Amino acid sequence: MDTLVQLLDATVRVSVPLLLACLAGLYSERSGVFDIGLEGKMLAGAFAGAAAAAAFGSAWIGLSAAILVAVFLALVHGFASITHRGNQIVSGVAINFIAAGSTIILGQAWFRQGGRTPSLAGDARFQTIDLPGAAAVSDVPVLGPIYSDIISGHSILVYFAFFMVPFTWWALFRTRFGLRLRAVGENPAAVDTAGISVTWLRYRAVIITGILTGVAGAYLSVAQNAGFVKDMTAGKGFIALAALIFAKWKPVPAMFACLLFGFLEASSIRFQGMDWPLVGRVPVQLINALPFVLTVILLAGFIGRAIPPKAGGVAYVKER
Amino acid sequence: MAPAAIELKGINKSFGAVHANRDIHIEIPKGTIHGIIGENGAGKSTLMSILYGFYQADSGEIFVDSKKTEIKTPNDAIAAGIGMVHQHFMLVENFTVLENIILGAEGSQLLNAGIARARAELHRLEKDYGLEVDPDAVIEELAVGLQQRVEILKALYRGAEILILDEPTGVLTPAEADHLFRILRMLKDEGKTVVLITHKLREIMAVTDNVSVMRQGTIVATRKTAETTVEELAELMVGRRVLLHVEKGEPKPAEVKLSVKNLTVKDSRGVTMVSDVSFDVRAGEIVGIAGVAGNGQSELLETIAGIRKAISGSVLLDGRPIDVTGAADPGELRDRGLAHVPEDRHHVGLVLPFEENENAMLGYHDDAKFLNGPFLNIEAIRADAREKIQKYDIRPADCRLKTANFSGGNQQKIVLAREMEHDPGVLIVGQPTRGVDVGAIEFIHKQLIAMRDGGKAVLLVSVELDEIRSLSDRILVMFDGRVVGERGPDATEGELGLLMAGVEAREAAE
Ligand SMILES: Nc1ncnc2c1ncn2[C@@H]1O[C@H](COP(=O)(O)OP(=O)(O)OP(=O)(O)O)[C@@H](O)[C@H]1O
Ligand SMILES: [Mg+2]
Repeated sequence: MDTLVQLLDATVRVSVPLLLACLAGLYSERSGVFDIGLEGKMLAGAFAGAAAAAAFGSAWIGLSAAILVAVFLALVHGFASITHRGNQIVSGVAINFIAAGSTIILGQAWFRQGGRTPSLAGDARFQTIDLPGAAAVSDVPVLGPIYSDIISGHSILVYFAFFMVPFTWWALFRTRFGLRLRAVGENPAAVDTAGISVTWLRYRAVIITGILTGVAGAYLSVAQNAGFVKDMTAGKGFIALAALIFAKWKPVPAMFACLLFGFLEASSIRFQGMDWPLVGRVPVQLINALPFVLTVILLAGFIGRAIPPKAGGVAYVKER
Repeated sequence: MAPAAIELKGINKSFGAVHANRDIHIEIPKGTIHGIIGENGAGKSTLMSILYGFYQADSGEIFVDSKKTEIKTPNDAIAAGIGMVHQHFMLVENFTVLENIILGAEGSQLLNAGIARARAELHRLEKDYGLEVDPDAVIEELAVGLQQRVEILKALYRGAEILILDEPTGVLTPAEADHLFRILRMLKDEGKTVVLITHKLREIMAVTDNVSVMRQGTIVATRKTAETTVEELAELMVGRRVLLHVEKGEPKPAEVKLSVKNLTVKDSRGVTMVSDVSFDVRAGEIVGIAGVAGNGQSELLETIAGIRKAISGSVLLDGRPIDVTGAADPGELRDRGLAHVPEDRHHVGLVLPFEENENAMLGYHDDAKFLNGPFLNIEAIRADAREKIQKYDIRPADCRLKTANFSGGNQQKIVLAREMEHDPGVLIVGQPTRGVDVGAIEFIHKQLIAMRDGGKAVLLVSVELDEIRSLSDRILVMFDGRVVGERGPDATEGELGLLMAGVEAREAAE
């Protein structure tokens, strides 16, 4: 029982950056702009967040810096792929390279700790929040630990991430912005002839992507960990993309996909080096590869065809 | 004359080197239906897209209700009361009808209020104009005729006083087209103004008050419809006299080239599209398949061409079977002398980003004349393409141009030239003149007759009854996947129309 609670608690924590990145990608891709650069924006956000939090001693300033930097990179992607109709994959890959390289160079130049930022403590880091009554109910069997250990006791960013799931659903399917966003990813010409600016709509989507990847980065370096370590996103941006495909670009399934991948990651840490009956020791690399293997297998037939937004990946060109 | 609803002055527009509209002046009186005709690529769609704000003119002025109006985006046009039904529909395919209609005119930030209002308004429009369509149906599941209704409803929902329709009848059955024209007349009686682009001169004569003719980017004439004739319009369009009926001699049918026996085909959803169809096509005759679109003709054609699998039945080409239920290979069929002009040239017939000369030989790239050892002989390919451009009068006459930059009619000629010039024994063609202007139709029809007189077997599928009647030596009518009747070329339109509507079939079943 304890093991399970710990495992699920860890699952929630490691799922959050995936979830934020996945929702970030959802906005962009629903608008028809593919984004391979989630990883890079998250990494740059994590670095900027930790650096600013260390410099100003405030987690909130760290978060703002993370968002600012990620939005800037998102705008670069938008400028290349929306305004200049460039190749979205190339632009995304370039952003990943820039983020991976510049965080190391700047980190070394500013802090001289081998790419790390100074360790954060106190107000410089997002602290965990105990929900009301968490201590009181913790002895109630089953429900008690679920509330007090799994649901309560996370940082504000965790609650923000999970709040974004119903919010995104609502925004997508119940608001004017959502209708237009979904339309522009399917048929930008229809949006254009309906009198709506395709460019501005896609820029807004890309900016939201920037904000959410920024929060994801800040979560990594200012909440989950106490500072930035080089390459700390470790492929999470790509797993988030897999989760997005897996969830067929829908917010609620996206959450479950991220929780599933988070669970796999949490298990790989928990059971690292453990001996299993019959199979013996499972190499950690195998478990780390599981999310990707799972995506390939499931996409290859178990969840039906994942149909991406029809206009995804192509720039809107009206006059050839 | 009524005051002008729209006046365009000195409109110019170029796409790169193509001068699509030059110095256009046109005045459209309020409360009239104004036709615009012209050859493929004459610039009709471009001009109307400028009026709708989709493209911006390089120079020129637009007056709406005698007021100079800046139309920079479709938003400006909508605000000025202009609505447009585009040649290629502007719908979001996985949205419902209602969602498509409110897109851009939602009314408020939250959708629910807008949707409720739209539903009520839609109900009213449906009643007033007889434009029934299920508001909750998803677009991709609707037939094209219904999709077009949605486009019209979209414009009316936005309160359009001026409605532009760009080739609306290209995808409609005769009955649907008649319905559309009734609606247009109703709109006119309410004082609205309609601009109608079409290639069908009969429709111009039937519904318009005035008609403007475009040629190579300019307006060459505007006439009162009552004071002109089909012959005059055709001549103005093409710049020479056009033969509007097909001249052909007696057929000399010889041996059977293509034989279809008990063919049954299902589509991907398992719905039977072709059921138990049998017929022969002989050398030296044209067999036409008439029918309302969606009654299995497309699937029949695709199956014979080897790009769709049959459930049962057989097809013989020159007495030898085609493996239609198994792995028929279109390439091999081509080698055996079967040429196919697909209905959907955009998706099946051409690779639009390729240069013209590449498309002009696509599928025949293994021919010795296009090869230079293991490599393509680029010079030979281009020389061959130039020959075809000459012979088929493909415009612009530039074999290096990207195929996407040719107008619809010229793209069709590229496909026809490729398939016909290969000198096949059997030619199967779908909708050879869809969206093609009268001059090109005349030419294509002549080519088809020449093939037949040269002893080839031609199987022709078309939703244009006129085309079927004037070209075919025998007419098969398909309804609901079956061949419901065979008639000679002298069958009347009414007789075929009844068969196409399944009337006789239903009576026989009772
Ligand atoms: N978006 C575009 N980019 C580049 N060239 C274009 C574009 N749209 C049209 N053209 C070119 O402009 C010319 C006029 O095209 P337009 O579509 O207006 O002709 P049309 O009269 O509507 O022909 P059709 O009867 O085939 O529809 C053609 O040569 C076409 O290739
Ligand atoms: Mg056109």
